[in-house]
Amino acid sequence: MRGSGVLSSPREVSIAPSGERRRTGAIADRIASATIKSSAFLTILSLILIFIFIGKEALPVFTSAEVRREAGLSKLFLPQPAKAGARAQFTWQPVSEIPKYSLVPLLAGTLKVTLIAVILAIPVAVLAALFTSEFAYPWFREVIKPAIELLAGIPSVVVGFFCLMVLAGWLQSIFGWTYRLNAITAGIGLSLAVIPIVYTVAEDAFSAVPQAFREGSIAMGASSWQTAWRVVLPAAMPGVLAACVLGFGRAIGETMIVLMASGNAALLTFSPTDSIRTFSATIAAELGEVVVGSPHYHVLFFIGAFLFVITFATNLFGHWWVGRLQKKLQGEV
Amino acid sequence: MNRTLQTLALGIIPLIMAGCAKGPGGESASNTITVKGSDTMVILGQRWAETYMGAHPGIHVQVTGGGSGTGIAALINGGTDICEASRPMKNAEKEQVKARRGKEVNEIPVALDGVAVYVHHSNPIPFLTQAQLKDIFTGKVTNWNEVGGPAGKIVVYSRENNSGTYVFFKEHVLANEDYAREVQTLPGTAAIVNAVSKDDASIGYGGIAYASGIRAVPVKKDANAEAVQPSLETVQNSRYPLSRSLYFYTAGEPSGEARSFIAWVLSSEGQKICEAVGYYPLRAK
Repeated sequence: MRGSGVLSSPREVSIAPSGERRRTGAIADRIASATIKSSAFLTILSLILIFIFIGKEALPVFTSAEVRREAGLSKLFLPQPAKAGARAQFTWQPVSEIPKYSLVPLLAGTLKVTLIAVILAIPVAVLAALFTSEFAYPWFREVIKPAIELLAGIPSVVVGFFCLMVLAGWLQSIFGWTYRLNAITAGIGLSLAVIPIVYTVAEDAFSAVPQAFREGSIAMGASSWQTAWRVVLPAAMPGVLAACVLGFGRAIGETMIVLMASGNAALLTFSPTDSIRTFSATIAAELGEVVVGSPHYHVLFFIGAFLFVITFATNLFGHWWVGRLQKKLQGEV
Repeated sequence: MNRTLQTLALGIIPLIMAGCAKGPGGESASNTITVKGSDTMVILGQRWAETYMGAHPGIHVQVTGGGSGTGIAALINGGTDICEASRPMKNAEKEQVKARRGKEVNEIPVALDGVAVYVHHSNPIPFLTQAQLKDIFTGKVTNWNEVGGPAGKIVVYSRENNSGTYVFFKEHVLANEDYAREVQTLPGTAAIVNAVSKDDASIGYGGIAYASGIRAVPVKKDANAEAVQPSLETVQNSRYPLSRSLYFYTAGEPSGEARSFIAWVLSSEGQKICEAVGYYPLRAK
């Protein structure tokens, strides 16, 4: 068809429209790429703007003398006596004659509930993903994957309300805890939000393991369980770790579930059946009514910035670790 | 990370909007009425303003919160026509208004508010005195048998510290002492009612309008006083100890549009709105 002299003249005739088409194609191309570029840029820009805004509002904790007198760094992180002569304690009590802004119980509560959620969610999610990818019949896989992913679509306030109204009562009647609302109740609710994220990412990682790995393993006489556990899981490890880091980030920033289900008492204890108060719930509960420009207001923004830094550092560490593991695995293969 | 940002952004947007909405206070144009003060009353004030503006086109009623103290300060320096306060004005403050504005303070009670103490409906406790409530919420008493109930740990629920009711309870029951650290706080009165209704060892507090599915305990002012159940009647005749009046304050007799607005608030139509927002109307004269 191409290069024959007979067809050269019709081709010449068609040059104009095809050139036009090429030109409009190029314009559409350019518009599309500009749109994509600008939306990517917009995401980064809004991220930077939000960080600048939070940072600016958090800065008086370091710079303003008035804020520092009430809530300086030493007051935020070191124990303070509630009254003159009283024992120094870590207390979060911002509305008081002597406001107390210790972040230590909030940090402990945040870590406690996040840890519980992650410990509950990761084994369930990773094993479910391994099962779906390696053992489930294709039709069953078509059902279970969207079903678990649908779990992520449930608004967290609904999960929180479920924990407050139903789950807390069940757990209390089974275990006889004094406090219905506690770190475990909130952690279980939180794990419902973490499971779909870890599951989806881990499942993708398992599916991405080359079929040749499995065939090779089976050919050498391994059972399908040995193949899944000793071949597929290690090969997908970087993806699984990335899933865990994402799950941790989701858990530490989640607000509504812990606000509803944790009881929000800022206690500093190791018991998982005590009530806890997290950073995110504190911001959500207090920012709405706080006097703009007061020390309390700036401390809440400082908490926001602190939370931002924690998640950012976790993600960064996760990336670095995943990258290292990937390199190591590729080196071995 | 995105989650955190979202959370923060969601918290920030209303703040920005609130900041924009405030605008310059104290416009003295004759068809604008500025109302400023108590956060407890801000929703009530806004509902009054919306309904009044709907019925009187051309009149603009501007309601802002900030706290009773902020409202009183604005009244002193002339920044507002009407000050909303959920506590009576102190004499020193009245003197300041007189000194700065040259007019006597005019106090107008506009609504009543009662705070009920909730317990589980199976809780047999006959009453609680104010001193006992203080001990429970400050953590001095932790077992129901110390206040005349069956043995068992008390699980205490409170509002979040941004709530006006939190502050009222702290001032009137706790005598400004801090709540115990073990006190669990929940977002909103409805969440407290839900939690108390599910937990037979619990105690909480909140507006009487919400009290369904739980028992409102009669409260004694002191050991020798009678135990009073909160109700429209006992709040209106102030026998119930945890009740308070909500006030409008003006410098001198109100005049012009402010006068007709206040008259409308005190009319049966204005008083009906109190109940819709969860407060009590004043006693019918």
